[in-house]
Amino acid sequence: MAQVALGLVNGAFYAMLSLGLAVIFGMLNVINFTHGAQFMMGAFAAWLMLGLLDVPFWAALVLSPLIVGLFGVVIERLMLKRIYHLDHLYGFLLTFGLALIIEGLFQWKWGSGGAPYPAPIRGGTDLGFMVMPTYRLFVVVAALVVCLATWYAIERTRLGAYLRAATENPTLVRAFGINVPRLITLTYGLGVGLAALAGVLAAPVQQVSALMGTNLVLVVFAVVVIGGMGSIMGSIVTGFGLGLVEGLTKVVYPPASNTVIFVVMALVLLVKPAGLFGQSR
Amino acid sequence: MNGRPLGVFVGYGLALVAALIAPWVAYPVFLMTALCFALFACAFNLLLGYAGLMSFGHAMFFGMAGYFFGHVVKVWNMPPEVGLVAGVAGAALIGLVTGALAIRRQGIYFAMITLAFAQMIYFLCVQLPFTGGEDGLQGIARKPLLGGLIPTKDDRVLYYVVLAIFVFGYASIHRIIHSPFGQVLKAIRDNEQRALSLGYEADRYKLLAFVLSAALAGLAGATKAMVLQFATLTDVSAAMSGEVVLMALVGGLGTIAGPVVGAFIIVTMQNYLASFGEFVLVIQGAIFVVIVMAFRKGLVGEIAEWWKARRRPA
Repeated sequence: MAQVALGLVNGAFYAMLSLGLAVIFGMLNVINFTHGAQFMMGAFAAWLMLGLLDVPFWAALVLSPLIVGLFGVVIERLMLKRIYHLDHLYGFLLTFGLALIIEGLFQWKWGSGGAPYPAPIRGGTDLGFMVMPTYRLFVVVAALVVCLATWYAIERTRLGAYLRAATENPTLVRAFGINVPRLITLTYGLGVGLAALAGVLAAPVQQVSALMGTNLVLVVFAVVVIGGMGSIMGSIVTGFGLGLVEGLTKVVYPPASNTVIFVVMALVLLVKPAGLFGQSR
Repeated sequence: MNGRPLGVFVGYGLALVAALIAPWVAYPVFLMTALCFALFACAFNLLLGYAGLMSFGHAMFFGMAGYFFGHVVKVWNMPPEVGLVAGVAGAALIGLVTGALAIRRQGIYFAMITLAFAQMIYFLCVQLPFTGGEDGLQGIARKPLLGGLIPTKDDRVLYYVVLAIFVFGYASIHRIIHSPFGQVLKAIRDNEQRALSLGYEADRYKLLAFVLSAALAGLAGATKAMVLQFATLTDVSAAMSGEVVLMALVGGLGTIAGPVVGAFIIVTMQNYLASFGEFVLVIQGAIFVVIVMAFRKGLVGEIAEWWKARRRPA
């Protein structure tokens, strides 16, 4: 039971990352391979700010996504916007190259070993069936809140309506006098910010290291294939759900815990190729 | 197209002569490694350039074939020919299973699915005893080929064997592309709906292309294990999948000679930059970015373009 609840923590990261990927893909038609590197940058920004400037965790939780999001905006303006008219493949390759550069630079400067980040909340909370470290509980709740807020912002607000409309038909939305390129830049910044936020949340749970996002992004790709990128809520549910599945596997048969998500992906491809929440494309 | 230009024949002739005298000029092990990667890149490019399927998990075929070769030769103590066959067959089988699932989705999803399957294989390789985990399979003995006729202890002799394997692989790809099967593949790449309406079962063609590409990648991987005498996790990692994409991209996606050129460039670069450590990653990433932003046709593609443009006004 404890393992299952802890699986939710991983699920929280899957949900936030796959949500960001889905939002970016919907608007930019680019699969953001840099997502794992940006997750890592978020954690690193928090760790550096704590070490150099003594910025506390709670401030980093806001500042770090802003900084990394801004970095994302620069990348979008300088590079991504020039390749939207090309095949999806090129966006994938470009962001893969960017991930190599970023991770290589961080590895070169700080090595590939991990650095600990002190947990901002200590102690445990008794949930009745288990005692869960309070910080991990906070991660799950925070991720849930952020995911639902993102869902609300996209599905229920005016700006979100523009965003969805621009995804459907950018030319028409432009004709209504809405600055679609700026909307696209904003979306990328938002998606990258989400990844960085997940990174800050992950810093006290995992070690802060240059390669912390490398394998994670590959698992998140599988999550995205399972859920399909058509729906925001779908990404959230799939992310948390797969975290639970992984936690369960750790109880039943531990050696399979890091491959189970890929097995689920294979099964979903057999039964419902478009993904659990996807329309076939 | 007015037949094959003379230049192509001259080019192939010169390349063959260069390949034959190369081991007396350059270090044979380096050349053999480069040839293995060149074949690997050609196999990848067969799928992307001619079937329009972008696999980001080709390391699973390359790396696993190396393990199969090592296991057959070292643990079962069989001749290297059996090892090569096992590598090719094993890679083809993995290709059949993952390909059948991956072709159920299209475009960028296909790339993500192959990437995910390769990562699953990587995790399995870390855990399963038969791969030797972190250590890999070391010290796979070089045994003579053809029942003792070809002594492979000498690097130069082995070089000609590897060259023959490469030429066989390259010629197979050439044959596949120019066969009726290859033409149907191109038709599916360019317009799947139309190919379907003409009665071609697109999925079967795609799957066969995937399996062929996997088998050739396996041939490259098994040959590399034979040359370097080890098989490790590096060859099944996502980084290796990315590297082969880079080789094909540098040379030119969809050109038949491009991946060979790209593989030689990247292998040479890694050879000289090995002392830079993590910076090799940064440089590789930078090459990706520059090529995608500015030279999408790759080296061979850009040269071919320039050549055509030069001759047109005359």
